[in-house]
Amino acid sequence: MAVDMNMNVLIVDDYKTMLRIIENLLKQLGFKSVHQATDGSMALRVLREMPIGLVISDWNMQPMTGLQLLKEVRADNALKATPFIMITAESKTENVVAAKEAGVNNYIVKPFNAETLKQKISAVLGNF
Amino acid sequence: MTPQSQDFQNRLRKEIEAAHNSVKTPLTHEEVAAVVRQVIQSLEGDVSAADLKFYSELEELAHYIRQAKNEIASIKPDDISTSFIPDATDELDAVVGATEDATNRIMDVCDEMSSIAAECAPPINERLVGCTTKIFEACNFQDVTGQRITKVVETLKHIDARVEAIVKAMGDEIHHVGGEHLTKNVHAADPEKGLLNGPQLPSNAISQEDIDKLLSGK
Repeated sequence: MAVDMNMNVLIVDDYKTMLRIIENLLKQLGFKSVHQATDGSMALRVLREMPIGLVISDWNMQPMTGLQLLKEVRADNALKATPFIMITAESKTENVVAAKEAGVNNYIVKPFNAETLKQKISAVLGNF
Repeated sequence: MTPQSQDFQNRLRKEIEAAHNSVKTPLTHEEVAAVVRQVIQSLEGDVSAADLKFYSELEELAHYIRQAKNEIASIKPDDISTSFIPDATDELDAVVGATEDATNRIMDVCDEMSSIAAECAPPINERLVGCTTKIFEACNFQDVTGQRITKVVETLKHIDARVEAIVKAMGDEIHHVGGEHLTKNVHAADPEKGLLNGPQLPSNAISQEDIDKLLSGK
């Protein structure tokens, strides 16, 4: 099944420069509707306001971290099927294990490149 | 512990408590030593060799602690909390701020290049988009760098808290010991080196405009 490039993609990072980088890379990959949130609680509000086809989230944010956001999403019946990719500088095995246990669909370590981003999105949503 | 040792320690404790109660400020090492001597003298021969060894070791330990305190005080640990750590964290914050600013300006140019690419025909537009993608990729170093620097700042703050705890534990003694403030004397041997302070924080630096004014004498 082809990936809908008009789907809403939500990127979550407390660092505005990183939001800008990811949004630009996603747009260059062909995604047309990219939304931003600066922490987990803001992302949760966006997720409850509009249909989101993919969440790409940082981990280390305040007040709600990316892992907490992931757990909230997976615990919510209306949101639990939302594809979720973690993009973070947290690169210890225990981080990846914790994210996997919480139900993450894929995990990208910063710094990353556009090809890696494309590969991981393809692995979650299908080829585009 | 032998009954004699127990008796010796009880007497010593009582004497020190009595001395403590008689004065408002904590006893100095010399006052404590005098109390110990007084107790020893009052024992008149009922001190065993083990007790004397114990006392001698206690005295050595006190001497060692006093020496350590003097050494710590002579390097002015206050400077670490009041000057070195705040300066280092300010410099690191400035590094994060400057690289973030530069990254955003680079990305502004990328956006401009993307607009130009949209006006170009293939394959030029594709090549331009490829170039801007690579620049965006390279820019995400800044987030990682920022996080690493934040970790260093946290470590410095942890060291600062530990140093402060040591200074507090040492009490007022630390302020009575002589020693030079490192910050003011680092370049004393060569005054010209004192002019080499590296890049300044934005709040400390003067603008090019001010420099031009200074040079032109206006």
